[in-house]
Amino acid sequence: MIAIGIARGGLEIRQFMRQRESVVFTLAFPIILLAIFGSVFKTTLAEGVTFSQYFVAGMIASGLVNTGFQQLAIIIPMEREFGSLKRLRGTPMHLASYFIGKSILVFVSMAIQVLLLLAAGIIFFGVKLPTDPYKWLTFTWLIILGSAASTALGIAFAAVPKSGRGASAVVSPVVIVLQFFSGVFFVFTDLPGWMQQVAAIFPLKWMTQGMRSVFLPDSFATREVAGTWETERTFMILLAWLIVGIFLAIRTFKWSRD
Amino acid sequence: MNVIEVQGLHKSYAETKAVDGIDLTISQGEIFALLGPNGAGKTTTVEILEGFRKADSGSISVLGFDPSQRGVQSRIWRNRIGIVLQSTADAGDLTVQETLSHFAKYYSAPRDVDEVITSVGLDEKRGALIRTLSGGQRRRLDVGLGIIGSPELLFLDEPTTGFDPEARRAFWALIESLRKGGTTILLTTHYLDEAEALADRVAVITRGKILEVSTPTQLGGRASAKARIQWKSDGVIHEELSDNPTEVVRRLASQFPGEIPELQVVRPSLEDIYLSMIGEK
Repeated sequence: MIAIGIARGGLEIRQFMRQRESVVFTLAFPIILLAIFGSVFKTTLAEGVTFSQYFVAGMIASGLVNTGFQQLAIIIPMEREFGSLKRLRGTPMHLASYFIGKSILVFVSMAIQVLLLLAAGIIFFGVKLPTDPYKWLTFTWLIILGSAASTALGIAFAAVPKSGRGASAVVSPVVIVLQFFSGVFFVFTDLPGWMQQVAAIFPLKWMTQGMRSVFLPDSFATREVAGTWETERTFMILLAWLIVGIFLAIRTFKWSRD
Repeated sequence: MNVIEVQGLHKSYAETKAVDGIDLTISQGEIFALLGPNGAGKTTTVEILEGFRKADSGSISVLGFDPSQRGVQSRIWRNRIGIVLQSTADAGDLTVQETLSHFAKYYSAPRDVDEVITSVGLDEKRGALIRTLSGGQRRRLDVGLGIIGSPELLFLDEPTTGFDPEARRAFWALIESLRKGGTTILLTTHYLDEAEALADRVAVITRGKILEVSTPTQLGGRASAKARIQWKSDGVIHEELSDNPTEVVRRLASQFPGEIPELQVVRPSLEDIYLSMIGEK
């Protein structure tokens, strides 16, 4: 089951790399956004915190949502419509192998995206990497927990779009609204209170806040809503979303359209 | 030994009875064809046998297993069957070889990938991306994926739709070779000539019921149906229906000094019989 899952992961990555649109959309788009926002907003938010620095934290968190949730919630309905899921169901393959394959796809595409974003940020926008090993530890678990939750929620949400063609239209607005609400494009504390409260329900807000705790100096924590990074709370909330996501993914998974 | 045993199968969607009491027995090594117009219940029946749909009622045994069961047993069962669905259109960013080698991993005793590629006639397309294949080539890959696990039982749902005549002949030869290997095959098709060329027995379904199960040569009393003898004399076409066409031909032979002009002796084709059975004629 695991060996086949890994083989599926390799296959999924090969397929992903051969689809130019998906490679460009998933990997290059965040960098284009970084380039635009980094060029438009040249402000400094606090001592040693440029907008680009703030924005990179948000874009990395968004990357977890884009490569996991968004990618899967669009691909899976298409696979369902094309009948490739039904064909898989007719084989002895375990559903878990399929999930493992998708997780590997998400993890690899996400890792590539994060590396590209960091490289572009450092080279073009003077983004600084943290030196504290504790921050790298936070970074690591955020990436693992965040992409796992994002994967599970993406598989779960894939049950929502009625058709493969319409999936992108259903999923993309959800992601974009969530990005605005969660303080990816703007400074979170500048947003209206109700927006902040809605965002606090969903995982992206916590991922961006977690990424800020990694990429911004600790002195900036006082500018957060709670006045601290709320690291433990972030961990618990993401873990909760992961569990909910796995539960929903297994319960709602549909092999074919009817 | 019976590979498929079905009794009293029922399945309704909302108000329509898709399958309305079907009994079916298919024995090992048999090639069995389901014939019927669109919406007759062929695909629903097959999908219940494949475990994709649940029957409302009826007893079903496929290789001694109830297809609606789930879990480990179900995967052991799936290891023994092959399914070629009516249509699958993947994005196609993998090559023929990659796809077959990968699917081979799902099965405990897969066939050799190269051998399968050759048997479905895709040698020259081995390294081609699926999306560059023609419709008929894709269909042959579908069949390749259906047989890669060396199944004991193969389901083929309208396998040659969209094939040109040459590709269809090549496909028939492939099915013949599977027959020699002892694979039991359940086939649905629109093509009567296909059923006639391949099937040991055929069942005609309309409105969720089986009208008749028979060999292609005996369906609808075909073997005993009157033959039509046709010839020309004095510039007019004559026709006679007879149970003893040889008698008629002998009589004609004595009437004409040489060749009987434009002589034809025709038995009703499977298509004639089929169309009259489903009420299209």
